[in-house]
Amino acid sequence: MYGIKKDWDLEPLPRCLVMEDYQAAEPRWCAGCGDFAVLTALQRLARDKQLAPEKTVFVSGIGCSSRLPHYMKTYGFHGLHGRPLPVASGIRARRPDLDIFVITGDGDCCAIGTAHWIHAIRYNMKMTVLLLDNNIYGLTKMQTSPTTPKGHYSNTQTTGAYLSPINPLTVTLGITNRSFVAQTVDWYPAHVYDTLKAAHEHPGLAFVRILQRCPHFMPGEFDAIQQDATKILALEHPDGIPIDDGLARVLTERKEHDPRNLGSALEVAGREDVLPIGLFYRDLEAERYDDFAAAGLGMSAKEKVAGAQRAMDRFLI
Amino acid sequence: MELIVKTVKESILEFVSDSGEGAQTAGQMFGTVSAKMGNGVWTVEIIPAEIEPPHRSRSGASGNRIRIATGPVTNMGETADVVVAFNEQVLYSRTDVHALRPGTIILLEDKWKDDADPEIREQYKTALAEFEELGFVVFEFPLEKECKKILPDPRRGKNMWALGLVARIYQRDMSIILEEIRRKFTRKSQKLVDVNQQLVRAGYDWAAENVPYRFEVPGSKPDQDMVVMNGNQAAALGTMAAGIEVCSMYPITPATSVSHQLAAIFHEVGGFVHQAEDEISAIGYALGASYAGKTAMTVTSGPGLALKTEFLALAVQAELPLVLLLVQRGGPSTGLPTRVEQGDLLSSIFAAPGDAPRIVLAASDIEECFHFMITARKLAETFRTPVIVLTDANLATGQQPFKRPVMLEEWISPPIDQSDWDPNVEPYDWDASTGVSERPIPGQKGGEYVLTGLAHNEKSQVAYESCVNQRSMEARSRKLIALQKSLKPPKIHGDEEGDLLVVSWGSTRGAIEEAVDRIRAEGAKVSSLTLRFLSPLEPGLDAIFKRFKKVMTVEVNYSDDLDDGFVTEESRRYAQLAWLLRAKTLIDIDCWSRVYGIPLAPGLVEEAVRARLSALKTAKAS
Repeated sequence: MYGIKKDWDLEPLPRCLVMEDYQAAEPRWCAGCGDFAVLTALQRLARDKQLAPEKTVFVSGIGCSSRLPHYMKTYGFHGLHGRPLPVASGIRARRPDLDIFVITGDGDCCAIGTAHWIHAIRYNMKMTVLLLDNNIYGLTKMQTSPTTPKGHYSNTQTTGAYLSPINPLTVTLGITNRSFVAQTVDWYPAHVYDTLKAAHEHPGLAFVRILQRCPHFMPGEFDAIQQDATKILALEHPDGIPIDDGLARVLTERKEHDPRNLGSALEVAGREDVLPIGLFYRDLEAERYDDFAAAGLGMSAKEKVAGAQRAMDRFLI
Repeated sequence: MELIVKTVKESILEFVSDSGEGAQTAGQMFGTVSAKMGNGVWTVEIIPAEIEPPHRSRSGASGNRIRIATGPVTNMGETADVVVAFNEQVLYSRTDVHALRPGTIILLEDKWKDDADPEIREQYKTALAEFEELGFVVFEFPLEKECKKILPDPRRGKNMWALGLVARIYQRDMSIILEEIRRKFTRKSQKLVDVNQQLVRAGYDWAAENVPYRFEVPGSKPDQDMVVMNGNQAAALGTMAAGIEVCSMYPITPATSVSHQLAAIFHEVGGFVHQAEDEISAIGYALGASYAGKTAMTVTSGPGLALKTEFLALAVQAELPLVLLLVQRGGPSTGLPTRVEQGDLLSSIFAAPGDAPRIVLAASDIEECFHFMITARKLAETFRTPVIVLTDANLATGQQPFKRPVMLEEWISPPIDQSDWDPNVEPYDWDASTGVSERPIPGQKGGEYVLTGLAHNEKSQVAYESCVNQRSMEARSRKLIALQKSLKPPKIHGDEEGDLLVVSWGSTRGAIEEAVDRIRAEGAKVSSLTLRFLSPLEPGLDAIFKRFKKVMTVEVNYSDDLDDGFVTEESRRYAQLAWLLRAKTLIDIDCWSRVYGIPLAPGLVEEAVRARLSALKTAKAS
């Protein structure tokens, strides 16, 4: 295989997957949509980690970004608006052998699915959760989302968004048992990739917010920060998301931040003068609901029959 | 003391108290002991809506009705023969629902007549006078006073003394009672076992000396192993026997005790109860587990079904197996949370955005609560669709003995298939006639597909062509047709033809059959029929209905009565099964229903059926 002689001291891979092996249907997003960058980063990650497509599941809700599973050649679950996290938790519960990614948007996660967001963070089941945040409802055509900036025009708040936006990072950091919180932006592919890689390696629920451009309904929303990288504050730490040399030249504003420090994570996540990116918080020891939900896995049919008999015997008269 | 001994084929006993005084426990034990002595038993819980309603409140009665008989019992029966009451006020909640009759023996705690509060003394006196007027036979007894001889605070424990009291009246076997107490309390402490056994003996001995009433209800020892449990326990055991490993739920009355039962014993089959953050998440989690190859169940009541509807429709659209146990209660909205109603039939069958055919079954007794979970799991997987199992508050808390089922390996869901999937077989390879297809499970190489709630083609690709939706809807609908073809016409209780056929579904079967038997005994040509499959409907109904002059349903959901003149044939709203059968058969099916929140008594059904029969005769005569 691969032209390697059999007597060479080398274990050839049983299969070697390339980018194309993870590419399914042609994406139908608008030209210039930030979702493309995330999709590419995920396909790269899958290839680099040689994720078995049959053991990988992409779960999503409803919205533009939630179409992403259709574009991955893996298993996928494109379910209901706001509900990818309960579905992903149910898959995780009885299938610890599967690799689970969750794709959700700002409407999906921070509005209709808020209850599940909070509880999934607390459950801390192993999965990589990507919040693709474009600050607007796209698929339903430009309604105010929970992360729409105050004053921004939309079809439902025509004099501009009434209230200040919710901050998904501080909310997540405030939830008991959060264990991985990071942020990146779609226009730095290397940073997106490195963030996803770190998230995927995390043993619990990794929550990554990705600021994502919507050229159709939010044109120019991130122009200012894109054009002036000093408006971005890159978090750096030996345990954090690496900043490669190319990025280091652009991202001049940097802050040393230890991802074990929750207080400082909350402080920097709450900053409004700059856009912080990188790893805010990581706790490898946080308790995981998986450890309970997988109880009794692998029992044989015979054992189950015997168990059900014993249970029934409690009601004998 | 001269004994008044009655040998009877059946008798109804009630325990009523303030909430938390243990009347329910005493009642359940009386039921179990009677079952062990070979009596037929049916118990009905008397439940207040609150955990601790005010003491001595007329609406706060808590307790149990136990109907025992020489033969099998299928319903709660009519009025009580004996009532043990821990105070006089709770009895009013029983007179309110006509549970008592002139001649009912009331065994009443007498401490209230000497209460420090003059108002309570007065209430007690007034009540006694009223009860006398109503014709009840009141026997006062010193419950707490006697209990104080054994323990300083009789608030907890007096239920066991009262159990002993009635055990003497009903000639129950003391050794069985003592064994039940040991079984019930042994996990808590030996001391508790001892005290409770002492109390029950004391009540028993006191009754021997002081209470003149005796009932003989002979039983016959069953020749095979029997179990006794309520419908929620039976459904929990059915879940285990089906090999279901995941129960994903959110607390809701009266469904929750299914998950309590599972939480205590699910580990025996490697199962796990997931208590989700809400009803929606509960079904979403179950569907996640199901998508990953483990058929899961979720359990809820009417308001929970409303919340789960969107996911239910996804399960239909994406063809995911799921067992949804729906323990109905009174509606609409929060309705009557602890009470009996069959109000969710139509929403179970139809509720969804769009057309979402699913399988709906209804259990009509406790044993069926067990078996239908196994049937439902199998159907869900075979037809790749959600299956709703309907029960109600009557079955949920009603106890009945039945033959102990022997678990079978074929009931258990098979292990997850992880073999390679033939990539040429599409994930929705709909059979042209049955619509049935097999599903790939994550882990199966070559079967990768993206499940979607969007209209989709055989490859699970989002449908952009106009014909795909028509084709996929047809495939899903044909699955129910395929299932119906495999069913047999329902069995008729009584003659195959006649004047009147009473059609029902669910827990009312016992009361209806008892009523029909009484009328048939007088020669009337009335039969009854209970449907277990509601979606698809069992076959052959049209032919059966045409063999009767009139067909009516009897249900516990609301319908308009015709006889007040304001309601016309055209404007009348029918009971839910009647709506369905009328639409399905084009036969002019009548209905009678009541929503008192309590199980139907056979007498009430009898009255309604007699009225329809005599109307039929009058119509014929004219």
